[in-house]
Amino acid sequence: MNFPADIKYSKEHEWIKVEDDIATIGITDFAQSELGDLVYIEVDTVGETLEKDAIFGTAEAVKTTSDLFMPIGGEVLEFNSELDENEGDNPSLINESPYEDGWIIKIKIADAVELDDLMDADAYKELVA
Amino acid sequence: MTDQLKSTPLKETHIALGAKMVPFAGFEMPIQYTSLVEEHLAVRNSVGVFDVSHMGEFMIEGPEALDFIQHVISNDASKLVPGQAQYACLPNGKGGIVDDLIIYKMDDTDEKFMMVVNASNIEKDFRWLLSNNRFAARITDISDEIGLLAVQGPKAKDFLQGLTHTNLDEVGFYRFTIGNIGDIEDVIISGTGYTGSGGFELYVKSGQLVKLWNILFDRKSDITIAPVGLGARDTLRLEMGYCLYGNDIDDTTSPLEAGLGWITKLKKENFIDKEFLVEQKAKGIGKKLVGFKVNDRRVPRKDYVIEDLNGLPIGKVTSGTQSPSLGIPIGMGYVQIAYSKPEIEIRINTGRKSINAIISSTPFIKNS
Repeated sequence: MNFPADIKYSKEHEWIKVEDDIATIGITDFAQSELGDLVYIEVDTVGETLEKDAIFGTAEAVKTTSDLFMPIGGEVLEFNSELDENEGDNPSLINESPYEDGWIIKIKIADAVELDDLMDADAYKELVA
Repeated sequence: MTDQLKSTPLKETHIALGAKMVPFAGFEMPIQYTSLVEEHLAVRNSVGVFDVSHMGEFMIEGPEALDFIQHVISNDASKLVPGQAQYACLPNGKGGIVDDLIIYKMDDTDEKFMMVVNASNIEKDFRWLLSNNRFAARITDISDEIGLLAVQGPKAKDFLQGLTHTNLDEVGFYRFTIGNIGDIEDVIISGTGYTGSGGFELYVKSGQLVKLWNILFDRKSDITIAPVGLGARDTLRLEMGYCLYGNDIDDTTSPLEAGLGWITKLKKENFIDKEFLVEQKAKGIGKKLVGFKVNDRRVPRKDYVIEDLNGLPIGKVTSGTQSPSLGIPIGMGYVQIAYSKPEIEIRINTGRKSINAIISSTPFIKNS
């Protein structure tokens, strides 16, 4: 199980990587492993401003459905076109590369202070151990 | 209170293979080794091996064993010949189902049968059988002494034939024999399964389960075999429209509503719930278990409400998945009888959206 150190983690098993006021969000290696083979990612919140813990999308795996939650608040700027059913339509990217090619959305951070509530790699590793 | 989870003798083997282990029916079981989809397709295209040793086995013996079985099951076990097995259910005396099961006729007397039941129901079934034993039948729970591997897939027969002196061409569907696998003797080799891809189920003494597994996986063969977890077991059975107890059938669903009329022999002399079922058949059922295909990327899940095209509730989903073979979401559920015919359009309410679906006959896939 992979826990990169340069990102932060939420208790809902999302990760967030910050570059200035833009953040990239995906689900963790643990989350993709728990969900199993992903078959469809739905994100219809691009352009919306969502609060921390709001649902920004849904992940359908063969055996289960899981909502996707905002680790912090912000405006949803972009949905990874490689996952989008109208473009790449390749949700298995999340299984193969949860922290890189399988990123899900980019957001404009509303309030960077909310990042302080998230876990670092060690704390998250402890949570899922 | 958390009960100690049981495990099968293959637990360490599963873990060494990288299986994800989950609690299931009181057992710690492998849900997936590598990928559910890959394991599913291994069974559809070649051979998959499942450890299903959590299943329950009862011996039913004695001079009135057959009379007892005829009283408690829905099917007609008097039709069985030695070496034949039969699918049946246990009506619960209130119009529902205690469990579904397979009954094996072990010899040419009517005095020795094996009943194979769902792991989640072993204790409930055993109590139920004891409390309905008005006959001189001996009922013994031998679940802990028996290990079970399901070897399933279109190449399962060719693969296993290299390991046994039994001519597997002579072990037909729902027939069984006792033979060897490698140097393990007295294996019950049964032409049964829960996948729709053909193959066999192998019953051995628990102490020989690890050895049996190793004989299968150590065999040098051009036929590829893969370990398969319970995740793929569920998608495989759902593509065939097979019922899963606890989802599609339970204490509140009648065998007729569940489409199990073919294992409910209403002409049989007498059995639990016969009167109720005869009357239900005469009056007609109000709801029916159906299959449906979804015209959407969202996947139906248990307990989602089924609606008509006007959004009125007409039933409930009992099982749903993405079909690995078809690449579309499929499911089963109960709908009002007026909506139960193939090609009728319905909607599934996922909680946030209604998605379009169409009633479909089962099995969803055709195996060549």
